[in-house]
This record gives sequence, C-alpha cells and structure tokens, in this order.
Amino acid sequence: MMDSAVLSLLAAFLLSLLGLFAFIWSLRQGLLVENPAAASVIFARGEVGRVDDPALHAADRQSLQAAAAHVPGAGADADDLRSRVLADRSSAFPVFMFVAFACFWLLLGSVAGLTSSIKLHAPDWLVQQGWLTFGRIRTVHLTAVLYGWITNAALGLILWLLPRLLRTELRGAVWTLLGGALINTGIAAGVGAIAMGWSDGMEYLEIPWQIGLFLVAGLAMIILPVLTTLVNRRTEHLYVSVWYLVAALLWVTLLFVVAKLPGVHTGVQQATTNWWYGHNVLGLWFTPVSVGAIYYFLPKIIGRPVRSYNLSLLGFWTLAFFYGQVGGHHLIGGPVPGWLVTLSIVQSLMMVIPVIAFTINMAGTLQGRMHLARWSPTLRFMMFGGLVYLASSLQGSLEALRSVNAVTHFTHYTVGHAHLGAYGFVSMVLFGAIYFMLPRVLNWEWPYPRLVTLHFWLAAVGIAIYFVALTVGGWLQGLAMLDPARAFMESVTLTLPYLQWRSVGGALMLASHLVFVGHFLAMALRFGPMRTGAALFGTAHPESMELAYGK
Amino acid sequence: MENETKLAAGAMVALGVATAALVVLPYLQVSDVPAPAKLKPYTASQLRGREVYVANGCVYCHSQQPRDRALGPDAQRGWGRASVPGDYVYDKPHLLGSMRTGPDLFNVGARQPGKDWHLGHLYQPRAYVRESIMPAYPFLFTVKDAGEAEREGEQPLALPPGFGPAEGQVVVPTPAALDLVKYLQALDHTYPVLPAPPQP
Repeated sequence: MMDSAVLSLLAAFLLSLLGLFAFIWSLRQGLLVENPAAASVIFARGEVGRVDDPALHAADRQSLQAAAAHVPGAGADADDLRSRVLADRSSAFPVFMFVAFACFWLLLGSVAGLTSSIKLHAPDWLVQQGWLTFGRIRTVHLTAVLYGWITNAALGLILWLLPRLLRTELRGAVWTLLGGALINTGIAAGVGAIAMGWSDGMEYLEIPWQIGLFLVAGLAMIILPVLTTLVNRRTEHLYVSVWYLVAALLWVTLLFVVAKLPGVHTGVQQATTNWWYGHNVLGLWFTPVSVGAIYYFLPKIIGRPVRSYNLSLLGFWTLAFFYGQVGGHHLIGGPVPGWLVTLSIVQSLMMVIPVIAFTINMAGTLQGRMHLARWSPTLRFMMFGGLVYLASSLQGSLEALRSVNAVTHFTHYTVGHAHLGAYGFVSMVLFGAIYFMLPRVLNWEWPYPRLVTLHFWLAAVGIAIYFVALTVGGWLQGLAMLDPARAFMESVTLTLPYLQWRSVGGALMLASHLVFVGHFLAMALRFGPMRTGAALFGTAHPESMELAYGK
Repeated sequence: MENETKLAAGAMVALGVATAALVVLPYLQVSDVPAPAKLKPYTASQLRGREVYVANGCVYCHSQQPRDRALGPDAQRGWGRASVPGDYVYDKPHLLGSMRTGPDLFNVGARQPGKDWHLGHLYQPRAYVRESIMPAYPFLFTVKDAGEAEREGEQPLALPPGFGPAEGQVVVPTPAALDLVKYLQALDHTYPVLPAPPQP
C-alpha cells in the first residue's frame, strides 16, 4: 500500500522533526539544565513569593497572600519596581485605547452573534433588511469579535507586557496609536462593507482586500515600535512570553498579507489558502498570544516562577512548527490533493505535544496553589482559559481524524469547537489579562469587585451551555446526514432544540459582556469609592506608585 | 535563546514551511488544471448572481463539494458525484463551504431546474419545505399592485396558496433575485469526469 508519495512524505516529516529538535537544541546549550534565572525574569529582585493581583483591593490582596501560605521576603528591589512603573506608564495610553476599542467591538459582536443564533431557529425574524440577513449578520459577528475584540485586546496585551518583560519603555508609542486608529478604521469599514453586501467571500477573510490595506498598514505601525523596543531591552533573558507575543504579531501580519493577495488565488488552491489562514489565525495568532499571557500572569499572580522553563521553550517551537500546517483538516473529503489533507491530519495530532508540554508546566507551577483561584478572580480566568486550551486542543486533534471528521464535518459541532477555543480559552484569558492590566494602566482600582465574579460565572456558564448544546446537536446532525435512510431534513429539524439552547448560552455570554464593559466604563470614568488616587494615565512621581505595586 | 534574530528567523521558517505546504505546493499542483470540456464559463448574469450569493453569505449554510461515496451518502441524496479540482477553475472566490445547515448546492441546478421554484423558495422557503430554517429573502423582491406590475410588464411570482401578499398585490423579483436564480440554475456539474487519480 505504501507508495512513493507516502514514503517521501513520511521521510520529509521525520526530517522536519529532527530538524526541529536540532533547532531547539541550537537555541540553548545545556537544554537539560533548568534555568530559574530565565524563569524569574518576570519578578523584581526579591519579589518571588509575593502574590500579585491588581484587580483585588488591598484587604483581599492580603487574604490572597495569606492563602499562599508563603511569607514574602524583605520586599522587592526598588529599582526594579521603578523600572516596571516606568514601563507601565510608557504603554498606558496605547493599551487603554486598544482595550477600549476591544470592549466596543465585543459588545457589537456579541449582539450580532446572538441575533444570528436566534435567526437559525426563527428564520422569519428580521428578514426585511438585507444587512440583517443571517449570512451577513453572522459575518458581522465573526469580523467584530475576531478582528475587533480579540485582535484589539491582544494588541493591547502585547504592548503592555513587552515593556514590562524587557524592562524598558515602549518606544514609538505614538506610532502604535496611529496603528490602532488605522486598524480600527479598517475593522469599522470592513464590518460596514460586509453588512452592505461587499465581501471577499472567504470565511475569516471577508473584509475586502482594499480595506485590508488599512489593517496591514496598522499592523506594520505596531510591529516597528515593538521591534525597536525589543532591541532596546534591558534584560538579558527573553522570557518565553516575549517569544510567543512577538512571533504571533509577525505571523498574523504575514498570514493576512499572503491570504489577501489580490488576483493570485483561485479555485481549489484558494480553498487551501483559505483554511491555511483560517486555522492559523487561531493557531498562530490567538493561541500564542493567550499562551504567552498565561505564561506571564499565572506565575506572576501566585508569586512563583514557571516550573520548567525548557518545557515552555519546547512548547513554543513545537507549536510554531506543527500548528501552521493543520489547516488542511478543514478540507477532509474535499477536492484537494490527498497528501495535503494527510499532512494536516498528522500535524493536528502532533499538536498534542505543545499542549501537553504547556499543561504539565502549568500544573507543576500551580501545584499546591490552585486554591488561590478562590481569592483571585484574575487567576480564575487564567486557569479556566488554560484548562479549556487543553480540552479544545485535544478535541481539535481528535476532530482531525478521518473517522471523527466524517461525522462532525459540515455540522454545528465544528462551530461549538471554534467557540470553545476562541471564547472558552482565548477570550477568558484576555478578560483575565484586562482585569490585571487596567488598574496599572489607569492607576485606579476596579470599582465593584463583585462584578468581576459575576462576569466570570455568566461567561463560564454561558460558554458551557453553548458548547454542550452544539456538540451534542452537531454530533446527532452529523450522524443523521451520514445515514442514507434518513431524509436530509431530519438532520435539520433534530438540531432545533440545541440551536435554541445555543441562544440561551449566547444570551448569558452577552449578559456577561454587558457587566464587563459596564464595569470598564465605570472604572474609566472614575466611579466607586476610595482609589489609589492618581491622575489619568499616571503620575508625575512614579515612585509614589510603588506602594500600590507591592513594595 | 538570548537572541531576537533567532526568534524572528525561527518564527519565519516555521511559517514558511506551513506556507509552502498549504499555499505554494497546491498552487503549483492545481492552479493550472484544465477545465473539464463540458464545464461552461459563467455568463455575465450568472456572475452577477454569484455576487449576490457571496454578498448574502449563502456559503455559511451550503457547501459546494459533494464527497466520495466512501465518506458519506452525498450521491444518494442527489448531490452528485465527488467534485474534482477542475470543476472549480472558474470559481473566484471559491465557495466550497464548511457547513451543511442546508443541502449541498453543487448540482442544485440539475436537481431543481425550475426558475419559479427557486424564486418562490427564496421569497419564502417554508412555502415549499415546511420545516426549513433557511431565511426568507423578501428584500430581494418587491410587493406591488397587480395592475401596476402588469402595466410594467413584470412577471409576478406564482406562490403556493396562503403565502402570497394581500389581495390585489403581487410579488415581483428584483434583478438581483433573477441573477441569483440564473447562478443557481447554472450549478450543474453532472457531466462525467475521469475519476481522480488514486490518492495516497
């Protein structure tokens, strides 16, 4: 059975594996020696052991520290803290802008999402206007949440974390503001174009390429300051989050440019490019940003360096090499070259490696401190996101198997999986990151901490209902479609109750976003009682902030 | 590990490998496949109709890629033989689709050739398939006074009883609806092709 094509594919695959490990080896002499110095770079000298959750008020922070059952040392190094304050201040305004845009698009995108969900079980609802038809409002939802919410929040996260991790100020912050303005102009124009019926017609790539130029120019204006900041760093070690964040930023820009090249792609080849992009925008943009965020926030909150630095490195490079090639599993059974689909299935299974590396590492880091999630809402979001990353990745690997894919392909099951990844994992991590970042960005505490808990539970229960409904409904739909004895319409009607439950889950998620964005507005407008009390975007005397930073 | 050049280079190599496999090689392999002899290029009105199909996101519920018998009963459902790369040479953007909330449409022109059926079904799908969850597209039609439509020489829809507009009024399709139906009727890939070479 083994013909030459399979053999050559296998050989190429083994060769690339060997190359990958040689590559990792070359990056690091003494690969088997653990390096706590590199892992501790996120802490100021003397800070290890000290918990950190800016979303908590002072009393709750003390409870968190007490629960960590670890008496912190004499206190963190003042110089290190001062440089962290300066780093935070240099990025405050751009980060605030990106988070504000993200919140706007999150609300708009969720309303559009719930509308399209209801339309699937109420097909005669809101049909008189073209822009409200399912095919358009669904795409408005996708564009608003993927490009508007996740991308803006991810950019804000990158711009906030990098100066901290590199212990330097953000260079060229004004360019990132301009970049953000261009990107959001592009997103607004793209959403408008799609609603009017002007679309490039490929999933995840609907924004017309003429408008896409705004996104590319905007990303370029963010990449340049980021790279300048990188080469001006004051740390010796590049912490693993830096790898994830910088690589992701470069990847998404190239992905978008190649996929959008006008006049190049046609027919079946365009379909493979479409899914190369479609899966990579999750795999090489949302995922590395979120994983990089967890690698920073989780150890930082619990005050303990990441367990195995080498494991995190292995995770990064295996993700980089395997994830890029999995997109073909969206075309299993389609009119595309067989070798391509096989390659993508194999790499989809190889994705188990980075995911397991990440999970072992995080479990080891959290060991004995998992109970801190009861005190720290930020940690709760991060742990939820990390666990769902494991679940959705394993599910994705299984889904790529031909036997499973035969059932789930073309069904709502895939939609459930996509939301598990983009919401249960990525969005939850981004929520947690925003709760951590904003008190540092605005020098103001979250006014109503209970709303953070309310947001968490509404979102968690919402996505759980959403996922279970579509997973069960989609699986049954797939079985019905595969059974030639059952009419096609059976596969439609049997999904109705599940589609209605999906709307229930979606409504809870929307409610959680109203809580979140309302809380964000209250904070930005300086609501609430006693605060740390500095002017918007910083103070003339950063040293005076050290108290709030836990000296 | 201490070096941003390695980071950038490694990241680009990783993406380069993926791009070679999923974008460049398919480009070399299938971008110049010949069109099957019996596949006709789209006419101008069919192309306009295809734009209506794209604009309204039909692709999010309808695939255009019947699968092989080994993978599912697509052929038994009347959706046609498994498609081959040549079937798509005139398709830009591709509309392979990823969902079957509704049936595959690659050969809908062959199994549902009637213009009246398509127009009426777009106006109100539930007039033809009672349990359908396809959206109605009234914005692709105009409701007019019957006399006015007659004076203007427009052909009103013949809708099943109970689904028409009020007494004395008729539904007439817009040019966009007529183009869309022309495109749907052109979706006919029932011509024979040589079986695809065995794939590894």
